Amino acid sequence: MKSFVLILAALLAGPAIASSGHYPLEKAPVDLANTVSLQRGAATFGSYCSGCHSLGYMRYSRLTDIGLTEAQIKQTLLPAGAKLGDTMGIPMRPEDSKAWFGVRPPDLSVEARSRGADWIYTYLRTFYRDDTRPTGWNNLVYEKVGMPHVLFTLQGEYALNHESAEGHGAGALIKVKDGQLSPAEYDALIGDLTNYLAWVSEPAQASRVRMGFFCDRVPADHAGRGLCAEEGILEGHPLMVVGDCPGACGR
Amino acid sequence: MSQVEAVRGWIDQRFPLTAMWKEHISEYYAPKNFNFWYYFGSLALLVLVLQILTGIFLTMNYKPDAANAFASVEYIMRDVSFGWLIRYMHSTGASMFFVVVYLHMFRALLYGSFRAPRELVWLVGLGIYLGLMAEAFMGYLLPWGQMSYWGAQVIVNLFSAVPFVGPDLSLWIRGDYVVSDATLNRFFAFHVIALPIVLLGLVVVHIIALHEVGSNNPDGVDIKKIKDPATGIPKDGIPFHPYYTVKDLVGVSVFLILFSAIIFFAPEMGGYFLEANNFIPADPLKTPEHIAPVWYFTPYYSILRAVPPLFGSQFPGVAAMGAAVVIFAALPWLDRSPVRSIRYKGPVFKRWLAAFVVVFVILGYLGIKPTGVWGTFPAGLPLLGGAPVATLVAQVCTLVYFAFFLLMPWYTARDTFKPVPERVTA
Repeated sequence: MKSFVLILAALLAGPAIASSGHYPLEKAPVDLANTVSLQRGAATFGSYCSGCHSLGYMRYSRLTDIGLTEAQIKQTLLPAGAKLGDTMGIPMRPEDSKAWFGVRPPDLSVEARSRGADWIYTYLRTFYRDDTRPTGWNNLVYEKVGMPHVLFTLQGEYALNHESAEGHGAGALIKVKDGQLSPAEYDALIGDLTNYLAWVSEPAQASRVRMGFFCDRVPADHAGRGLCAEEGILEGHPLMVVGDCPGACGR
Repeated sequence: MSQVEAVRGWIDQRFPLTAMWKEHISEYYAPKNFNFWYYFGSLALLVLVLQILTGIFLTMNYKPDAANAFASVEYIMRDVSFGWLIRYMHSTGASMFFVVVYLHMFRALLYGSFRAPRELVWLVGLGIYLGLMAEAFMGYLLPWGQMSYWGAQVIVNLFSAVPFVGPDLSLWIRGDYVVSDATLNRFFAFHVIALPIVLLGLVVVHIIALHEVGSNNPDGVDIKKIKDPATGIPKDGIPFHPYYTVKDLVGVSVFLILFSAIIFFAPEMGGYFLEANNFIPADPLKTPEHIAPVWYFTPYYSILRAVPPLFGSQFPGVAAMGAAVVIFAALPWLDRSPVRSIRYKGPVFKRWLAAFVVVFVILGYLGIKPTGVWGTFPAGLPLLGGAPVATLVAQVCTLVYFAFFLLMPWYTARDTFKPVPERVTA
């Protein structure tokens, strides 16, 4: 009974909680047809994220779907001792991560489905310096976030612009230290990373849409453009992998 | 005698195969004036079969275990060959089942299909609807996401509002003090075997009862009154096969086009069929900001929220929600109009039915949204000051919802009506 009342109270109070801290999200440049972008995203994830965040439902072998060969996966992304058929786990022990970050870094397999690609894209670009936080970092989208800004060497460092009227929007942050990348380059990097996480969240997405167009499940041919694209039948569809459907569609 | 006929004869001597085929298919005479609204019965049967078939294949890979359930669903989505297709068929099928059943029920409201002599058809149908709600609710727990978990928590806790036995009752349903592995296991058992058996049984009874009294039609005319004296066949009746099997195939084709479009291009249906929060594994320690049931339950959820607590007890809301579902059972005895079909009913009934549809949709919408969706009344306002606008709207809608049923004997008896023709119209 008590918990019921609590939950009902939470429901009634819901809007008050929900309306606080809603930072406007920017549209993520998700394009699952862009395998090069997905590969760049996979590389970025491997270099900067996969130390702490697992993609526990995803297997390394599935990366062949975005045009990597097994040899490339083994060479660049596969940790020592892991097999191609393994899922993308992390070496960090849960009790260690709990001690270091206060919370276990979440698995990101379906993050793009639960939070949305736009959220990820905006979140990774809105870290700022905040000395009141244990990590020294805070975030406009995710207030009091436990994760430090892992990519600050690339993005540079930002601080909260206290003169900004709204506290959010374009003028919310000001740069205090340059990074290795220009703002445009950093946005592109995060765009690729977001694209990759969107793909990881539902790797069957491209073949799902292809089947919807009666394109069958032809294994991806990454050599070039397939007949579908040449015939212009599927061109422009955001989820269509170009060159994926040789001769099978439209007939 | 061909071999096929010989085999059929052999079977017929031992099992009434031909007799059953004739009684229910080839010589079941249905009114010849069925329209668009008559597609949804056969479509409901189609979706039931699809749900059972896809369910069988999901069960082969799903693990009803709190530690593994979420991962096993993702395993189905990624590693099982065509697992994503089977899963999306099942999740889309759940929502489409309710779309089809709501339209099927609305048809009954339009043409008075629930009225004598079809009371049992209607009551059994309502039993199917209740079974379907239980089936959907328990199935929704199985992916073990945050919405699965907290939705089940809220609904099971509703039972604890029942006076005296409430807390024990909800404990008995959960099998634990919170929704847990024990709850998941028993819900799985109910979802995959107990309720499907009940549903299949009720569907058979529904169809047998229907074929005993004969189908209603858009005119609400009793076609059995005028029969061909030579054959004894209703003059306005046509055999179900081939006439309605062919007609229903058209409905099936259109339905499958829509169904496929959702599965392949929008399986989440903007968050209405698959909620974003359900892609977060269940966490008993973290309550989501906003818990809302899936869209097909939201009209009743709105009614639950709209009824204010009495002496600190939520029981009135829970009772109202239950009553809102069960009250459909009284319809055959509430409608006092001399005619069945809306075609011959007066303007008063039409307005009430329209109002009912409107409030059902509004309640459904509000059930998805938090109560603050339309803001609050200005603080200075007497009585209403500070109260959420949506809550008041939901309360008014709840009143209209119940008034549609409870005032029906009064307004249908006083309403005008047009004379019903002897035969069905073109």
